[in-house]
Amino acid sequence: MANALRVTRMKGFRFGLGFPQNSWTLVCLCVATLVALPVVAVIWTALKPSGDIWPHLIATSLPGYIGTTLWLMLGVGTSVLLTGVTTAWLVTMCRFPGRRVFEWLLLLPLAFPAYVIAYAYTDLLEYSGAVQIFLRMVFEWQTPQDYWFPEVRSLGGAVTLMGVVLYPYVYLLARAAFFEQSVNVLEVARVLGHGPWRTFFRVSLPAARPAIAIGVALALMETLNDFGTVDFFAVQTMTTALFDVWQGMGSLAGGAQIAATMLAFVVLLISIERFSRRQQKVYQNVSSRFRELPSYRLKGSSSLLAFVACLLPILIGFVIPLTVLIRLAVIYFHESWTAEFRSYALNSLSLSASAAGITLFVALIIAYSQRLAGGRVIGVATRIASLGYAVPGAVLGVGVLIPFAYFDNTVDALMRENFGISTGLLLSGTLVAVIFAYVVRFLAVALGQVESSLSKVSPSLDMAARTLGYRAGETLLRYHIPLIRGGMLTAVMIVFVDCMKELPATLILRPFNFETLATHVYWFASDEMLGEAALGSLTIVLVGLLPVVLLSTMTSRARSTRLSTGTVT
Amino acid sequence: MFKKLLVIWLGSIIALTGIVSLSQAGEVNVYSYRKPQLIDPMFAEFTKQTGIKVNSVYAKKGMLEKLQSEGRNSPADLVFTVDIGRLSDIQKAGLTQSVNRSRFVADIPDNYMEPNGHWFGLTTRARIIVASKERVDPNAISNYEDLVDPQWKGRICTRSGKHPYMVALTASMIAHHGLDNAGTWLAGLKNNLARKPQGNDRAQVKAIKEGVCDIAVINHYYMAKMLKDPEQVPWANAVNVIFPNQTDRGTHMNVSGVALTKHAPNKDNAIKLMEFLASKTGQEMYAQRNAEYPVKPGIAWSDLQDSWGSFKEDSLSLSVVADNRATAIKLADEVSYND
Repeated sequence: MANALRVTRMKGFRFGLGFPQNSWTLVCLCVATLVALPVVAVIWTALKPSGDIWPHLIATSLPGYIGTTLWLMLGVGTSVLLTGVTTAWLVTMCRFPGRRVFEWLLLLPLAFPAYVIAYAYTDLLEYSGAVQIFLRMVFEWQTPQDYWFPEVRSLGGAVTLMGVVLYPYVYLLARAAFFEQSVNVLEVARVLGHGPWRTFFRVSLPAARPAIAIGVALALMETLNDFGTVDFFAVQTMTTALFDVWQGMGSLAGGAQIAATMLAFVVLLISIERFSRRQQKVYQNVSSRFRELPSYRLKGSSSLLAFVACLLPILIGFVIPLTVLIRLAVIYFHESWTAEFRSYALNSLSLSASAAGITLFVALIIAYSQRLAGGRVIGVATRIASLGYAVPGAVLGVGVLIPFAYFDNTVDALMRENFGISTGLLLSGTLVAVIFAYVVRFLAVALGQVESSLSKVSPSLDMAARTLGYRAGETLLRYHIPLIRGGMLTAVMIVFVDCMKELPATLILRPFNFETLATHVYWFASDEMLGEAALGSLTIVLVGLLPVVLLSTMTSRARSTRLSTGTVT
Repeated sequence: MFKKLLVIWLGSIIALTGIVSLSQAGEVNVYSYRKPQLIDPMFAEFTKQTGIKVNSVYAKKGMLEKLQSEGRNSPADLVFTVDIGRLSDIQKAGLTQSVNRSRFVADIPDNYMEPNGHWFGLTTRARIIVASKERVDPNAISNYEDLVDPQWKGRICTRSGKHPYMVALTASMIAHHGLDNAGTWLAGLKNNLARKPQGNDRAQVKAIKEGVCDIAVINHYYMAKMLKDPEQVPWANAVNVIFPNQTDRGTHMNVSGVALTKHAPNKDNAIKLMEFLASKTGQEMYAQRNAEYPVKPGIAWSDLQDSWGSFKEDSLSLSVVADNRATAIKLADEVSYND
């Protein structure tokens, strides 16, 4: 594909959207370098000596931490894969009662920060929680020794809850992939006598695999960098080791080395997945006729089963924790509903919206440049730029601090030397730093979504457009963007919701006297005062829902207009 | 629809850039490890008295690196912490400057400040033992050393052995008994735990109320906090308070404190704020609002503190405790305290 496109060379340099491909490459590299800076800063920090920390860690806690981390990743990975793919397949390819509602209800758990769900379930399931009180009442048990009840604060608890919060990543990407699959291919499968199961395993699943892999990778990176949930559940992972070393033993270098090790692990995982499908290329061809995807009408028990399969994650990941939060928010309403509260909500909203838009823009530039020019350099730069997602937020925050402060201090020093004026800190401690951190952190999410949508667009479309004399930028605006609109909307939506929930980087980078809902919730949550934190958490969820609802209506509209106007994927 | 979204998006970016505030005269900038809900009322009182505005940002992880990378252009004047460890980290990183103690406050005890005035404790907090009223004879346990007694096997709860408060306690054990004995003590304590360490200090008291364990080690002011929350009053009422080691060295204490940053742009205002917090008004607010012990003698305590009465404090220098921290964490790893 790349070679075919590279034939069309443009002469001279023009500004605006018409700039030639090598300018796209240049811009892409610049953006990717900028975004990669914090990760590079972390790796650079890791190169400094860290004393005798490693022998100590290896001799004591590290093997256990690594084991727990692997179990956690395996558990969450399996859980999101099964839940995400199953539900996505059911709502796109099957007919059963409630399918249309489930289609967007299944997104809702995304709005919950994992740590908030962890608090909510602990409140519900611990010894003094409603469930055990009820059981004790019914069975007349007196003390904890009288009966066995699963411990919420455990590895199993962490796997279950993180799985239920993170499966929407897989669901979204898989659903989009199933949506965009070609009717022709499915019909061919039918003609060849494949039933629903064989069609799923032989045709749909392989075609959707790149998208599903991205979804699972995102969920796993989130699992790996999480600290709030595992810390609350007393589950000790690599992140625990990282913060022991950094905060407890005062060695940032040691912490950065652990972070770098985790990064290497992520890179390895992603490479293995990519390598395993290196031969596979799936383009779904343009057809001139449009039809709804053929679907399987489920009856009787299979219909009920599908219904339950979709209902369960929504119940566990949304309805139950929401109920817990609402109850607490009502009890503690007077303590929580203060004058500042509304401004915190507004801060969160505008900050997340800005960051989400910019992230999408950056993702679009990178993904499209990659499509135009390809090549190893861009590929590697892009991979490094999207690693921000795999770094724990607090470490990434420091990764942002370092280059920003370096820039500010260098400018300041130059100005002092040459003009005798001090410019102070220009960017550090401003919202620019916060927004930048969000972009770095969540670029992987947007990029995954945009890349996977773009990859479905057949290169023949680019060739046709270019033959007609459209420049690269125009082709993007006129043809690609309308085609991948659905994917773009999804990308913006997830990034927005993720920004609403982001805590550690926001904490360290935000300016004086500036609070978001997440930092406000943290005041109390860090002290395990769930009651006082409830209203804030509830608001994060509700504000996070706005775009989910808004965009899910837009996505289905986007598909229906696309279908009626005759453009296809 | 797209256009509308685009307009909203651009609007919010413009709105955000308006928020950026620059430091000005008549202000003091604070980096705080302390939760805003505890300290904001005191800043408000300071502003009322002096007209100096306090800008604050509350964070934990990365604060030191933030100060460090901002260097001489850092806007921060003061750093507030709730533990000796971070104060000493910031000082050792060369990010503080000394304040003349006679100007600041003359009667802070020596062990609660850095010898050259690089940091000062403002309040102290006692690490106390609490024991179930129903199941533990109040005279059965009186020292930290008693926690390893086999009779408490499966009956003790604590938070993570790597939390700064537990680390400081272990560090003080190392200072008093030497590394080997402290290791034996921590292993013995681990051996007596009823469950894997989890939750904060409050959660341990709750666990006693629930019957999960009988004894816990907590910071004293959590008792006051629980007594203010209707849902938690029964937890606090389920336990007796024991100030350990009254017959020998005294109870282990930690501080919440403050340090003046090396490049403080508003140094005069910053020292004014320090003076205010160490004044009678400031110290009383700490005691009355959060039941912390004022570092300064002769300040009225809260009713709860009065009901406990005075007690003997461990006079070990907190600088020593701070120096033993890394060793204490390694010890926690070695005895697998958190597993």
